[in-house]
Amino acid sequence: MAVFGFTTGILMLAGAPPMEAYGLLLKGSLGSGKKVGAVLTAWVPLTLCAVGLLYTFRIALWNIGVEGQMIMGAVFATAVLRWGVESRLPLFYLILAFPAAALGGGLWAMGAGLLKTKGGVHEIFAGLGLNFVAQGILLYLIFGPWKRPGVASMSGTAPFPPELWLSSVSGVRLSPEGVFLAAAALAVTVWMFRYSRLGLVFKAAGNNPTAVMLFGEKPGRYMILAMVLAGAFAGLAGGVQVAGVYHRLIPSISSNYGYLALLVVMLSNYRVALVPAVAFFFACLNVGGIQLPMVLKIDSSLAGVIQGAWVLAALAAVAWLRKEGRPEEAR
Amino acid sequence: MSGSEWLLLFSGVVAGATPILLAALGETLTEKAGVINLSLDGTILLAAMVAFAVAFETQSAFLGCIAACLVGALVAAAVGLFSLKLGQSQVAVGFVLTLTARDLAYFLGNPYARLHGPQFSSVPIPILSDIPVLGPVLFQHNWMVYAGLGMIVLCWAYIYRTPMGLRLRAVGEDPRAAFARGENPVRLQWIYTLCGGFLVGAAGAAFSLFVKPGWGRPQGAEGTGWIALALVIFGGWHPMRAAAGAYLFSFLQVLGIYFQGWIPTVPAQVFQVAPFPLMIFTLLIIAYAQRTTIPREDRHRLRLKALLEVFSGAAPSALGKPLRPGSL
Repeated sequence: MAVFGFTTGILMLAGAPPMEAYGLLLKGSLGSGKKVGAVLTAWVPLTLCAVGLLYTFRIALWNIGVEGQMIMGAVFATAVLRWGVESRLPLFYLILAFPAAALGGGLWAMGAGLLKTKGGVHEIFAGLGLNFVAQGILLYLIFGPWKRPGVASMSGTAPFPPELWLSSVSGVRLSPEGVFLAAAALAVTVWMFRYSRLGLVFKAAGNNPTAVMLFGEKPGRYMILAMVLAGAFAGLAGGVQVAGVYHRLIPSISSNYGYLALLVVMLSNYRVALVPAVAFFFACLNVGGIQLPMVLKIDSSLAGVIQGAWVLAALAAVAWLRKEGRPEEAR
Repeated sequence: MSGSEWLLLFSGVVAGATPILLAALGETLTEKAGVINLSLDGTILLAAMVAFAVAFETQSAFLGCIAACLVGALVAAAVGLFSLKLGQSQVAVGFVLTLTARDLAYFLGNPYARLHGPQFSSVPIPILSDIPVLGPVLFQHNWMVYAGLGMIVLCWAYIYRTPMGLRLRAVGEDPRAAFARGENPVRLQWIYTLCGGFLVGAAGAAFSLFVKPGWGRPQGAEGTGWIALALVIFGGWHPMRAAAGAYLFSFLQVLGIYFQGWIPTVPAQVFQVAPFPLMIFTLLIIAYAQRTTIPREDRHRLRLKALLEVFSGAAPSALGKPLRPGSL
């Protein structure tokens, strides 16, 4: 309710009819099968990134570098796919692109993890710095070695031939493999957290690193492992964007999903069960927001404002509910 | 380069450093009291947008600047509300606010994009600006640059030379001890969170009213909030050193423009990310310097020792660890 009031106030401040804007958001995201397909296309990378973040939050790390990890995943996937152009075994390269993407994201996250555990650099600054570095590498590749023959442009590298694309539902750029990948990531994570020893150690190391050390485990090593896992999921998201959605490498390949995934996990209150629903809601807002500038002449960043307001409201609500309890440690 | 070109370059460095300087000073003040305001990047953008919009409507750069400061304090108040009042993680709240404030700035600022508005104009200080070298570099700017310069000294003197500053540091180091001495830690933290936000807001105004005049998407101020946060660490939570970091950063930015001219084959976007690896590298050195156990053989190397001394300086002990509401 408070969120609704806040957003309506913001809309009135911008001089836009609030009800019409909400209607557009709804119609633009769930109004037709095609729109729902677009929402799911955004849901896949968002869910993959958010699932990865569950691991790092569990061990009390702020993996702010998801954006860069996703970019490096996309870069690695593109490298493999470029290799596969004009080969006789396109399927082999298409499949190989995904482990490569996970490797790219994982390595990039490992960089931030090592800076944290060995170098003593706070993971927020390490991750953020690496995000910008990854963006630099991406632009360098698009404008330099991987540029479209003849012209280098913001529209990205030359598109891959169709045999290197993931399949897609007709009319939209949604690939069933991507949805399957996101669903599998969710399932694996549920299993990990509920039944595996590793999931337990992550949680223990996050809550009390000293105790874990006394039990003969090395918290630093688990921190790096959690980072690598998170990075691998983010890298996969990047791979899906390249092979399934854009079919080439573009400058905005990560589309801010890395940062948005952090909000998704926070609004889910760090619980894996809520992640798919929250990611779906955020994807709706993002896709629905695309129409706002054309119809109402207001900026599409309204979606971001609503998302932020929701997370803030959730933070307030959680604080309200455990007013008597212990405040959570800095996550 | 001739002498006058060098003077022009350094004058540009001093003016260009103003926003990041103000933001770093504001954040130093807040963190000295034990509170992390992570929302800097978004706050600066929102403040820049408001500064330009208000200045455009009223045709007064001064009113725009005041409005920006108030916006900065308002976002800081949200940080205070969630962390000091509701006991939520300061990092989490700051991160959400930085994204939300940025989107809010783009959303509300849309009608003001690519317009021509008022700017701060240069006001050379009569006698001082005639001093050779120092005059053109330091005293031929607008009043916001002067305010930034003055703020360095003011912050340092306040924190280290006044009884109020002592109480501020006490709260940041050990709020319980400060409480035992009759202070109200939460109230002091509120005050310095708001004051810091006020300065961060001023940083936004400095962007849209003279360093990168106007509003647009992107505005050009994106990313500076994060650099300002890193500069606070770089400065070892000391305003003078944070200021030195801000000037160094501004100098490197200007150098980047020259480099771009020398190596035209590398796209411009690559140079724009150059500050960030540098930021990580300095943080690495600082973390090494601040470690309690430095390998003995390293201590003997004089040059390394001198370097490490420059980077020493510890974080306020209670930084980011809020007192539980009602635990006192």
